[in-house]
Amino acid sequence: MSLSIETVRYVAKLSALAITDEEAQRMCKDLGETLDYVAKLAEISTEGVRPTSHVHGATNDFREDILKPSFKTEEVSSIAPDFGPSGFRVPRII
Amino acid sequence: MSSLVKLSASQMRAGLLSGEFTAKDLTSAHLDRIDATNTELNSFLLVTRESALESAENADKTIKQLGNKSPLFTGIPVAIKDMLVTKGIETKCASKILEGFIPPYDCTAVYRLKEHGAVILGKTNMDEFAMGSSNENSAYGPVRNPWDKSRVPGGSSGGSAACVCSGQAPIALGTDTGGSIRQPASLTGTIGLKPTYGRVSRYGAVAYASSLDQIGPFGRTVEDVAMALQVIAGKDSRDSTSIGAPVPNYLEELACAKGKGLSGLRVGVPKEYFSQGIDPEVSKSVHASIKALEGLGCQLVDISLPTTDYALATYYIIGPAEASSNLSRYDGIRYGKRSKNHKSLAELYASTRSEGFGQEVKRRILIGTYVLSQGYYDAYYRKAQQVRTLIIEDFKKAFSEQCDIIATPVSPTTAFALGEKTSNPLQMYMADICTIPVNLAGLPGISVPCGLDSKGLPIGLQLVGPALEETRLLVTAQAFMDQCPFDVTANIV
Repeated sequence: MSLSIETVRYVAKLSALAITDEEAQRMCKDLGETLDYVAKLAEISTEGVRPTSHVHGATNDFREDILKPSFKTEEVSSIAPDFGPSGFRVPRII
Repeated sequence: MSSLVKLSASQMRAGLLSGEFTAKDLTSAHLDRIDATNTELNSFLLVTRESALESAENADKTIKQLGNKSPLFTGIPVAIKDMLVTKGIETKCASKILEGFIPPYDCTAVYRLKEHGAVILGKTNMDEFAMGSSNENSAYGPVRNPWDKSRVPGGSSGGSAACVCSGQAPIALGTDTGGSIRQPASLTGTIGLKPTYGRVSRYGAVAYASSLDQIGPFGRTVEDVAMALQVIAGKDSRDSTSIGAPVPNYLEELACAKGKGLSGLRVGVPKEYFSQGIDPEVSKSVHASIKALEGLGCQLVDISLPTTDYALATYYIIGPAEASSNLSRYDGIRYGKRSKNHKSLAELYASTRSEGFGQEVKRRILIGTYVLSQGYYDAYYRKAQQVRTLIIEDFKKAFSEQCDIIATPVSPTTAFALGEKTSNPLQMYMADICTIPVNLAGLPGISVPCGLDSKGLPIGLQLVGPALEETRLLVTAQAFMDQCPFDVTANIV
């Protein structure tokens, strides 16, 4: 299978990755080969087989809804790339 | 080189408690060893010299006060894979995108080692975000195999494996999602254990594939591996997938079992793991090792795990799918690197991620996004999770009807040359064909060194057990290594 460059660019957009033309060409080949390989799963019958949702069949592990302290603001702001008076600063979106 | 670095962790504990040497002596000896060898091996990304010496001083005070009541890891030097967050210590998963990231909290496994007095020497090199089988995908240079420095140590926990192999630390933590502890253990002649999924908390382990990831120890002796597991295993309220079952006393079990043989243990030998893809020397050595298990009283049983052939394809859908979701948090907003090349928020995300991630990480994110996207989810992701159910059932059937433990090779080859497989991603993925099924089934697996090939490179024997049967694996591994000794300190010269 060979993925089209348009498909690779579309998937890159969904993944928030900006790829160069050269990278896109390489990814067409690499992804195509990998997807070709994994397509072998079509050979095996999975009629009536439940998809695994947890490897040991565990179900929800709930806790009581009790408030606990989280990180202090300074612990978080000190490691942020850009933190202003009211939070993480980002480029204007409106 | 100080002879202290050749000791096992349990010998180090004995020496510390008897006063033969101090924790400061021990830590200094290891820091010297790292200084002498790290430039060539590149196993450490960061050495925390000052804090290690400070911990060692505190350990000496503890030993003076408490003697043999000192916590199990008091004064024992340990290395931590850079995939595990360490409070106040840079953690970057060998990626540019997290360069300079200083976590505000400790990984539970690290916290537990520290609570037991461990001295953290530093953070080990790895394949970026644990994606790789050779440690060539690190943004900070490859790690070299101490056995032959033109060769890879395996991956993704190559740094931890090389560190223990070369005497830089007696014990190191790694992570294993598709074989990333067991395969480098095999390629470096060390012992590496991937516990049952959920046996060790994943809190603080940077997520790659959340249904597959597990933290586990590397050591040069089975006892040391058990020592580490003892401390890190157990329920953690911060990880809802961690298992509540009590943690056995692994060290006591090993001591009880020592010298008693393995009478009656049924060892399953699955034919699918000995196909043409496996190097003949590896196959020969593993078969000889399985024969040695028979000599210890084991009963060998030929078994079949028919879905083995589909495990690699299943993993390379599920792994990347989960990774594409887990790595979406690296957006340059709250922590990590932020690109300066942007005129909008969307461009900020895209350029941060493109500048920050290496090629293999991008490849897996793209595959993952594709297999989860509209129109493809059922054919790929849902299908893979169905095949996963069949793989789990294969193992369940074998363990309930035929055998108590399964023995296979770990890696189809011994250590390959740097650069040998980097131009073909699919060829690199094949390195994990024997280890991947164990992660898909969430079972415990251990790699023990079982011989050398004609080039003098180590070969690993994999033992796989039912869920939560780490004791069985450790006892079998101990009996095997007592019967078939391997020079685990060959590269500590």
